[in-house]
Amino acid sequence: MGRLTLFLPVVFFIGLTIILLFGLDKNPTDLPSALVGEPFPEFDLFYLKSEQDKVDRSELLGEATLVNVWATWCYACRIEHAMLNQLSEQGVRVVGLNYKDKRQDALQWLQQRGDPYEFSVFDVDGLLGIDLGVYGAPETFLLDAEGVIHHRRVGVIDERVWAAEFAQVYQQLRADK
Amino acid sequence: MRSLLPIVLILISAGLNAAVSDVVEFSDPSYSERYHTLITQLRCPKCQNQNLADSDAPISRDLRLQVQRLLEEGLSNEEIRQYLADRYSAFILYQPEVNSTTYMLWSSPLLVLFVGLFVVMRLTKGASVRDRLDTPVVDQKRLKSLLDNGDSQG
Repeated sequence: MGRLTLFLPVVFFIGLTIILLFGLDKNPTDLPSALVGEPFPEFDLFYLKSEQDKVDRSELLGEATLVNVWATWCYACRIEHAMLNQLSEQGVRVVGLNYKDKRQDALQWLQQRGDPYEFSVFDVDGLLGIDLGVYGAPETFLLDAEGVIHHRRVGVIDERVWAAEFAQVYQQLRADK
Repeated sequence: MRSLLPIVLILISAGLNAAVSDVVEFSDPSYSERYHTLITQLRCPKCQNQNLADSDAPISRDLRLQVQRLLEEGLSNEEIRQYLADRYSAFILYQPEVNSTTYMLWSSPLLVLFVGLFVVMRLTKGASVRDRLDTPVVDQKRLKSLLDNGDSQG
């Protein structure tokens, strides 16, 4: 008995090491999302392409939709843009949320790089961004036809991320409809 | 060594600049104190472990502004914390509420305290028993014979 208790510190050390090793695998910049399973928040903003026409939440409903938060100042959005164009060509409905940007810059960006968005919402103050818990563009939300958020991605979507995180849920939502 | 000095000075001055101090005006002076309490208790979602008060990230600026707005709207501190946690998850709270995911976090100091107490009690108990055994019982005869034997052998 006395001998065995001598090994307790070693056992404790090994246990702690295992727990901490698991911790190493986690990405500390990944925040748990508070919004998955919740309805997309209400908003009342202008379209990016028009200074007069307003857009609200009801425009997002009807089918499975990707809402992509983007901005011209966001470097990673450049990398992501080609993938969004491709998804849009494949028939995925993509809506943009232009986040804290200048309207002219944003319109020019879409002209130069192609416009994968059915429309973009112009959130110049980032208030819808706060309601969505946005903390780093690009971010992408996958909504069902009723506007409930099923998945959220912070960071770039590429082929690998689409296949791993989105494709299955998206097909499921399409099938449900 | 001397070439290090400018670098050190730059690092120090960078540290001084890091503290963000924007002057915020409130309609009610009591809001100001609550504002500062709140922004020191809320965590910047973009940066690792900086509070909203210390962070110069754009998102922190936006959230400070939002805290200011919500105070003016008359929300309580608790409502404001909840408002942000609803959007940014409990990550943003430096003092998350006790629930099924945080009970380990909250109970760990107590746990460590009890383990520490247990260890200390075991150690002191062992020591006192040893004291009682060691001091009185020294068999001088046996000791002497052992020492003598040791001498003759060596």
